[in-house]
Amino acid sequence: MGKEMTGASSLVKSLEAAGVDVMFGIPGGAILPAYDPIFDSSIRHILVRHEQGAGHAAEGYAQATGRVGVCIVTSGPGATNLVTSLANAQMDSVPMVAITGQVPSAAIGTDAFQEADIRGITMPITKHNYLITDPAEIPRAIAEAFHIASTGRPGPVLVDIAKDALQKMTTFKYPSKLHLAGYKPQVEPEGEAIRDAAALIAQSEKPVIYVGGGVIKANASRELMRFAELTGAPVVTTLMARGAFPDSHHLHLGMPGMHGTVAAVTALQKADLLITLGARFDDRVTGKLSSFAVHAKVIHADIDPAEIGKNRYADVAVIGDLLHTIKALIPALQKVFKESKPDLTAWWRQMSSLRETYPLGYTTPEDGSLSPQFVIERIGAISGPDSIYVAGVGQHQMWASQFVKYEKPRTWLNSGGLGTMGYAVPAAMGAKVGMPDTTVWAIDGDGCFQMTNQELVTCALNNIPIKVAIINNESLGMVRQWQTMFYEGRYSNTSLQSKFIPDFVKLADAMGCAGLRCERPEDVDAVIKEAMSINNQPVVVDFRVFKDAMVWPMVAAGASNDEIMIARGLAPDWDSQEL
Amino acid sequence: MSKHTIAVLVENSPGVLARVASLFSRRAYNIDSLAVGPTENPDLSRMTIVINVEGHVLDQVMAQVYKLVNVIAVSEMPTDSTVHRELLLVKVAAAKMDEILAIVARYEAKVVDEDDEVMTIECTAESVHIEALLKALTPYGIKELVQSGLVALERGTAALSDRTLSAQGISTLHEISTQADYQN
Repeated sequence: MGKEMTGASSLVKSLEAAGVDVMFGIPGGAILPAYDPIFDSSIRHILVRHEQGAGHAAEGYAQATGRVGVCIVTSGPGATNLVTSLANAQMDSVPMVAITGQVPSAAIGTDAFQEADIRGITMPITKHNYLITDPAEIPRAIAEAFHIASTGRPGPVLVDIAKDALQKMTTFKYPSKLHLAGYKPQVEPEGEAIRDAAALIAQSEKPVIYVGGGVIKANASRELMRFAELTGAPVVTTLMARGAFPDSHHLHLGMPGMHGTVAAVTALQKADLLITLGARFDDRVTGKLSSFAVHAKVIHADIDPAEIGKNRYADVAVIGDLLHTIKALIPALQKVFKESKPDLTAWWRQMSSLRETYPLGYTTPEDGSLSPQFVIERIGAISGPDSIYVAGVGQHQMWASQFVKYEKPRTWLNSGGLGTMGYAVPAAMGAKVGMPDTTVWAIDGDGCFQMTNQELVTCALNNIPIKVAIINNESLGMVRQWQTMFYEGRYSNTSLQSKFIPDFVKLADAMGCAGLRCERPEDVDAVIKEAMSINNQPVVVDFRVFKDAMVWPMVAAGASNDEIMIARGLAPDWDSQEL
Repeated sequence: MSKHTIAVLVENSPGVLARVASLFSRRAYNIDSLAVGPTENPDLSRMTIVINVEGHVLDQVMAQVYKLVNVIAVSEMPTDSTVHRELLLVKVAAAKMDEILAIVARYEAKVVDEDDEVMTIECTAESVHIEALLKALTPYGIKELVQSGLVALERGTAALSDRTLSAQGISTLHEISTQADYQN
């Protein structure tokens, strides 16, 4: 028999039993009963300044550590403020549990003060969710939530708990077994699928290993390396997979997609086989779907059966955890390679030529101002591959993906699927909480930064010394880039004037952070090193950069990947390439 | 595009209908009809959903529905070996009662309520039969009608729990997919 206690205590005991060491949140009326036992709990509660920040912090924690991120907020506006981060976690498959208070069960449905149907609101943007009105159900709901969030394809689970369920007395008993009849993720791939995949690889003369974020979720980077070296095939890593395979590795062609490298984009286009590992044929990777990789057969390995055939037909579907899948593929491949191993020399000649002819690059602004790409490149070089880099969304995100060199998984965090501006500062906070001994850089835009920077107060007060590089081009840079390209330079509402207001250095100071500014290329290294030397408080650096820098290469939205441009109006010289 | 009937076994948990409906809305799948009710197992409900989609979209619909945590099983009901039924209640002006009664007899329907002005007719049958009955009754003046969604049960000993996606493994899904064309 369990111990008698309030539902609130049962909730906190359940969270402790689930292994929670930290959660991000803000109290309010409906969740208030839970905050009393939280006061005595071993769980570290970090009081954020906005619920969206709690959600992204939980995501950053989860992305950096691989553990489930937890946030806790009140009903109504507290819960609705979480919506963006839940949608973000759902899109990027981030394991997260969100606890929301709900009005007392008798008041549900009456439009009570601070009532919102958060279970209904979040149904399409969570992996699963609960509304608990009976305190006896709390331990089971929490145990299920953590199980569902962290297994299969990870994702956010929301547990909404009515205030009276927190207040009533109940007995606490954490379940040792879960009965989820409708939830049985397939972990082990089927042998036949593995053999079919190996057979296709053995026949392929132009294979590409198309690596998605699933490899990082499955902690399968080491196995991926063995697999890639065994096949000798070119590897491309999507935006969500940066770091899953070392950028320095000779098999790596970089990132595919809208702002991918010419070599990575072209490799997919010209391949005869895509070995797809935990990727989902997102439109930013495929471009116009009907002209994407038209000659390629597809092996699609994923833990989520619903991804198979969603956007692209799979010749061989391998359902299972990628760690198990890759581990099974290696011996299967060794076996078929004994009989025949394809010669990839010609394929590599083409790919190497593209990689050498069209490396990522940028032009230095003629007016002597700071190049944003240079700033980001130097941060990556000085802080190194052991640091964690967290980006917002826009030009700076693409440059951070392109010009920081990633060598390890879980060192690159960003909002890939949803494209959530404002992700960087709170997610960096969460990452730093999860990895306190690692240097964490938020590489943010001036637009993104102004959406969520209040969490720097949380960082300053809670000894979470993150470093924020604001790539300040005083505009919504990516939108401005599209206006330059597709709207004849009519810059409707993209000028933020952030070199004028706010003063980011003063703002940093006001929030208890060190504020630095850098305007000249010759100061960049010194300023970065100064920021690196400050570890007793958060640091914000206002890098005032060239406004008209653009992200290249680019495949315009809806265009074919064959129409990749390496600079404005400039396509690769295909005639000189032997493809 | 063609019509498909899928049967979905779900846990009797709060909001489960909303979850399924929300999924169809979220993924922009159109539901032709949806019927839901209790089953032989008091913990489970069964939904019968009729959708009008391409073959490979049907695979997607089933895979997405199956992904819902409260969904135990999902299966397409094979057209040739399934009993399909719909229920119709229709209120018709009773002016030409004899003629209407002849139609009711011909279509094996029955009168469940009547007064001087209207007759309420019930018919349980396949969709085409119900459509034909309605066509026959239309000239007499239909005041109001209500139809249940279609329900379907496989003929013979086969039961949904025997032939679920999980029991078949995902390879079956893949076999269906090989006929689809994802390039268009």
